[in-house]
Amino acid sequence: MHDTNKKRKTAFIDGSRLITESCVRAGADIFIGYPITPADLLYKYAAKRYPIMMAAPDEITVLQWMSGFAATGHIPVTATSFPGYALMIESVNMAFMMELPMVIILVQRLGPATGTATLGAMGDLSVVNGTISGGFHLPTFAISNMKDCWDLPTMAIETAVRLRTPVVLLTSKEMVMNLCSFDISKLEDISKKHIKTFEREEEYYPYKPDNDGVPPFLPLTQNKYQVRLTASTHNMKGILQNSSLEAINNTKRLHNKIINHLDSFSFYEINEQAGADTLVVSYDVSAQAARKAVYELKLTGKPVSLLIAKTIFPVPDVYMDILNKYRKVIIAEENLEGQFRQILFGKAGRRGVSGVNGIAKMISPEAIIAEVLK
Amino acid sequence: MSTAKYLTDSDLPFCKGCGHLLVARNTEKALLKLGFDPLDVVLVTDIGCHGIIDKSFLTHTVHGLHGRSVALAGGISLGMREPGKKIVVFIGDGGATIGIQHIIGAAHNGLNMTVVLHNNMLYGMTGGQPSEFTPCGFKTPVQPEGSTNEGYDICELISAAGSSYTERVLGIGDYSDSLAAAFSTKGFSLVEVMEICPSFGTKSNPGLKLSSLVKDAGLEVKVFKCTNKHRSHSFIKPTESNLCSEEHLIKKIFETNLKGSVSVSLAGSAGEGIQLAAEFLAKAAMKSGLHVTKKGSYPVTVGVGFSAADVIISSDPIDFTGILWPDVLIITSSDGLSYARAPAAGMKNGKILIDDKLETPATEAEIIKVPFRKRVGEKNCSLYSIFWFLNTYHYLPIDALKQVFLENKISAKISLEKMMEV
Repeated sequence: MHDTNKKRKTAFIDGSRLITESCVRAGADIFIGYPITPADLLYKYAAKRYPIMMAAPDEITVLQWMSGFAATGHIPVTATSFPGYALMIESVNMAFMMELPMVIILVQRLGPATGTATLGAMGDLSVVNGTISGGFHLPTFAISNMKDCWDLPTMAIETAVRLRTPVVLLTSKEMVMNLCSFDISKLEDISKKHIKTFEREEEYYPYKPDNDGVPPFLPLTQNKYQVRLTASTHNMKGILQNSSLEAINNTKRLHNKIINHLDSFSFYEINEQAGADTLVVSYDVSAQAARKAVYELKLTGKPVSLLIAKTIFPVPDVYMDILNKYRKVIIAEENLEGQFRQILFGKAGRRGVSGVNGIAKMISPEAIIAEVLK
Repeated sequence: MSTAKYLTDSDLPFCKGCGHLLVARNTEKALLKLGFDPLDVVLVTDIGCHGIIDKSFLTHTVHGLHGRSVALAGGISLGMREPGKKIVVFIGDGGATIGIQHIIGAAHNGLNMTVVLHNNMLYGMTGGQPSEFTPCGFKTPVQPEGSTNEGYDICELISAAGSSYTERVLGIGDYSDSLAAAFSTKGFSLVEVMEICPSFGTKSNPGLKLSSLVKDAGLEVKVFKCTNKHRSHSFIKPTESNLCSEEHLIKKIFETNLKGSVSVSLAGSAGEGIQLAAEFLAKAAMKSGLHVTKKGSYPVTVGVGFSAADVIISSDPIDFTGILWPDVLIITSSDGLSYARAPAAGMKNGKILIDDKLETPATEAEIIKVPFRKRVGEKNCSLYSIFWFLNTYHYLPIDALKQVFLENKISAKISLEKMMEV
């Protein structure tokens, strides 16, 4: 048997290292941080690795500085947890409206309020889903294992830059703070991402989109064309409008540019077993338990399919196609009442759909197995 | 003087008699005097009557959130290191109220911008409510008897914070020289323009003169002395070029017969090396060719209370990093015992290695009492417990742990022979 071990490069590292390295290689050149547990390691590594790292005095300033940096052509990243994210929300809306690319790494911990800073959780899905007033979507990815710590940050940056939007990278305490043995020899190369800039010899309208629905960018540092950025409802020139048709169409475009490109950033892991009538769905840290549960069930002769959602928002259409194939769907997530389940199926739910939920401790493979066998 | 245009030809969007109009005209005049290319100027505004001016400026314009324009301009300033650029922030007294921390912070950090504070002493856009800048006695529609609080003296505040140029002017006539002085100052500068809102201030305070209002409020019209030297904000520079470099690799050197997985939980006190001991155990397992995960648990305070760690060692890849009930639970202190009572109670089998001075927790696991603390003292008891564990039960080659120990600088301070005593 071929011994692949010889090529292995096994490191003893945590996910925060991979996330930070991935962001920087993808072109993120500035990290602005305000310290908060359990995002501490991301802050620590940022100080070692980003070309520029800055300590902001509060989380509102974090987002405002990030927006300023983005407006001058940089790609900013921050990492926070719920209390910090809550302070950022109005400014995230501003960045969304101004179409400024950036990545916010949200490391979930047990709430409400300050809760328990050193306990993991998956309780912020609803907050992230409702971040943008009006029901607009922030592209949101969830890290489900160490490999995702390498793959998804670069996808987040690529999406932020390509669609000119803030992107949320959702994770939780265990994903970013646990140390583990991890083979780094198979990590794929990452190329720098660049924002599409306006290069035509014609009048520049800061919010006039190309065919892809995304306006080409010009930084405030150049002095060839006037740039207007605004958080208020505006026309293509960036002039404040009450509700002109052009302005409202521009606002609708902010929604459409995300939705119309959803297929290009729909990331998930699917393991469909022949003969399975049950699908286990999970994401983030509970995906670990889901993988183990499905593996152990297979060993006992019980075929169960598995969907690990990596793109969380907007919910990819393909998830619906997959979910509809199964009589029984079990969604495992570390929160009280199944936030992702309610987003997928609504309050009314669907016959055959159930959740494995809980707070203050990780969802276990045993709990998922019990729900499958129920 | 430049002949560039900074304002459009259309009427400016302010109420008749509003001092904001003069701010715009004086700003244009000051920029003309200094000769800035309009597109080398970034005007940052926010919410409030002052903010509707941006459509009239031919500079770059950025229109942000209420009170956050100084923070937004801070990011622009920090991201724009090209020489010859000018960042001007327009903010009202309402915005300065909600965003005063940003103004003080920008002055403190010497962020390169000029803030032009349009202080008409109330929230004009929402109906004339008092702000934190409303002087005592100044009447507003919601306080017809007059404000009972003193307003901020922002110029004194930011001078103390480190503003490089600070001036208060009456918003009457030509004060473009004051603005030009601020615009040409490196670092942070602020000009507070005193105004009375014609819609709410004048109507609520008929006949009140701006000059006497400002004087009676104890607000001096002058250039304020810079009480701090100019400072410039510095970035934290990178020290590493690859966070996943080969220095983090651990090569397999030792052999082990371990098949399947073993979960080990350590529970002790902060400051007694629990996390380090768990990392040593994990690294020893990696040197033995095994997969590992290590999770730390602790209260939010760093130096007191319990410290606990879960280590999973496995011959197979580890999907799930949680431990329901550990196979081995090591308890080295009373803090650790308090934390570990729940997992101990859930253990139906396995081993609990516990310091011999601690009471025995309720459990169905095998209890092994070891004088961890007595043998090596509290500081090293966690590390010793790992040595004792492997020396006694041989889950991993003890030489792997010894090598991890010797590779760490801690080996210069702690006797390996002492660690190896059983």
